[in-house]
Amino acid sequence: MQVTNKLTPFFENLNFERDDNTMVINFGPQHPSAHGQLRLMLELDGELVTKAYPDIGYLHRGIEKMAENMTYNEFLPTTDRLDYIASTANNYAYALSVERLIGLEVPRRAQVIRTMLLELNRIISHLFFVATHALDVGAMSVFLYAFREREFAMDLMEDYCGARLTHSAVRIGGVPLDLPKNWLTDLSKFCTKVNHELEHTYEALLTENRIWKMRLEDVGILSAEDALSWGCTGPMLRGSGIKYDIRKEEPYELYSELDFDIPVSDKCDSYGRYALYMEEMRQSVKILKQLIPMYGKTEPKLMAHAPQYISAPKEEIMTQNYALMQHFVLVTQGMRPPVGEVYAPTESPKGELGFYIKSEGEPYAYRLKCRAPSFFHTGLLQEILVGTYIADVVTIIGSTNIVFGEVDR
Amino acid sequence: MRKYTPKDNVQKKSYYTDRFWVAPRVPSLDVEAGSHFDNVVKELSKSVSVKDAKVQIGQLRIVINAKDNFGAIKTLRDSCGYKMCSELSAVDYLAQDGEFEVFYQLLNLDEAKRVRVVCRIKNGEAVESIVPLFKSANFAEREMFDMFGIQANNHPFMKRILMPDDWEGHPLLKTYPLHGDEFASWYEVDKIFGKEYRDVVGPENRDPSNVDRYDSQRFSRVGYEVPFAAPIEEGNEQENPIAYSETFMVDYTTGTTTLKKRK
Repeated sequence: MQVTNKLTPFFENLNFERDDNTMVINFGPQHPSAHGQLRLMLELDGELVTKAYPDIGYLHRGIEKMAENMTYNEFLPTTDRLDYIASTANNYAYALSVERLIGLEVPRRAQVIRTMLLELNRIISHLFFVATHALDVGAMSVFLYAFREREFAMDLMEDYCGARLTHSAVRIGGVPLDLPKNWLTDLSKFCTKVNHELEHTYEALLTENRIWKMRLEDVGILSAEDALSWGCTGPMLRGSGIKYDIRKEEPYELYSELDFDIPVSDKCDSYGRYALYMEEMRQSVKILKQLIPMYGKTEPKLMAHAPQYISAPKEEIMTQNYALMQHFVLVTQGMRPPVGEVYAPTESPKGELGFYIKSEGEPYAYRLKCRAPSFFHTGLLQEILVGTYIADVVTIIGSTNIVFGEVDR
Repeated sequence: MRKYTPKDNVQKKSYYTDRFWVAPRVPSLDVEAGSHFDNVVKELSKSVSVKDAKVQIGQLRIVINAKDNFGAIKTLRDSCGYKMCSELSAVDYLAQDGEFEVFYQLLNLDEAKRVRVVCRIKNGEAVESIVPLFKSANFAEREMFDMFGIQANNHPFMKRILMPDDWEGHPLLKTYPLHGDEFASWYEVDKIFGKEYRDVVGPENRDPSNVDRYDSQRFSRVGYEVPFAAPIEEGNEQENPIAYSETFMVDYTTGTTTLKKRK
């Protein structure tokens, strides 16, 4: 390997100009449409992509390594930095796997709040997808309108937990806070607004838009077999005609009680996936509307009662000696889940997000593996891009909706 | 005497564990007769030797021999309907048993069931790649190689994926420190300045929470601000107390004395 430094810089062992008509180009890692830090090496024959090689790792922070050196509660804010577009989905996936490991029952009010936050995050993430995907393809105005509604959704998140991007709004065993005053009113207003904007702005601008259709239809075709083989999940899988949503098939939280549909598209192309995202936002609004009345019927308990693992509520810590002692041990040493392993899949906005945790009964996880949907969707690029034109590459990357926080971890 | 730290596992340890602490275990249940998982185990036993099969937290955990991994996963895919390999990776047990535990997380979409196939390999051994069965293993096996150094035989492109190509060491090994080893501390220095500048630049500090009291390039102390990069190791810091603005103390309800003075 060549020893490189500033004086002898690193030249890839690539022939950028070849004798025949092929050319190798470097896409990223600083390309604005690379969705973060994706480096793609493309071999082109004219404008046709003949080879694609996604190079990742530019945002690698060793989050799995950090998990082995942090107690379970310490690690939770780190999960925000995986898929930073929908942090609560990561927090929740992590909290769920630890809860399953411990065998914890979460109070109903916490379940309602968690499901609300998850669906609100799905809308935030999907709006971001529509905005950036449209921007990549060339529709600037959609980006502005979608980000406007996304701001409103992030205001709601801010009202609840104080943060807009890195929420940490879910804790192991429940949620830290009750909903603030008027939050549900604001949420229902937001639901109405999103439903209205979906129909009158985004879909009005895009769905029948001639250019949008030309750019997306029959671009990035992913057959059902390939989707399964490449481990595609979420809208990528459902966009290939396979109806599998973890919220329905392996329900967690309150999803088994809620009435919602799973949109599926059998067109297998980018346009079908776009339509899915739109419909999923509608279903999220439908779920949120059902959750609002459910909130009022719950007891005001927010954290599970498990003194061995979860600190008692603050008033108990301040008044009862034993609760204070437990809290002290849990803060200084950390909780010790049972020996065993767990893999808890959840449906994040991008697809199947799950944490495999191997516990040896220590306060530090022995091994934590984050199964991130975007990682597998990035792997898919090396096949799906071959045979397409260079102009469609950006559309396909946008359509896979990858976020590099969770690809590189 | 210097505190003993085990060299084979340098990850963070609990600072105190009760002498009588016995860790509880996650319930590991036998496979129910006639259930879906029972059929899976029976089907699998026809072709490979199943060493153990238990249901843990709703998912079947099958232990097999490492040499059977391809055959077992092929059987699961073709005969049991496990059409998706959602994850595969390894766990480092080198300190305890000198072995890695490799796991494959498979999903049956029709039954919504998940199976984890687990096998153990000795240090330095390779597993058979399952890329011919599941293309999702392409990136996952590369990541396993990158993080643990476990090779997958017949993988189409066995190369590092997250770490740079010329990196030394495998970060998720228990012997690898959290902030990186000797190699890691010189990697960027060599890249940016060249090896000959090692003495000038010094090793990279890879601990993000490290605060050096005498580092006047990156840190400053309130009340003792000194010029950038001033040498302060000998204690020659000038005290520089914070002067608060007088306006802060003005009582706007009574008089305008301060303003008059300023005119």
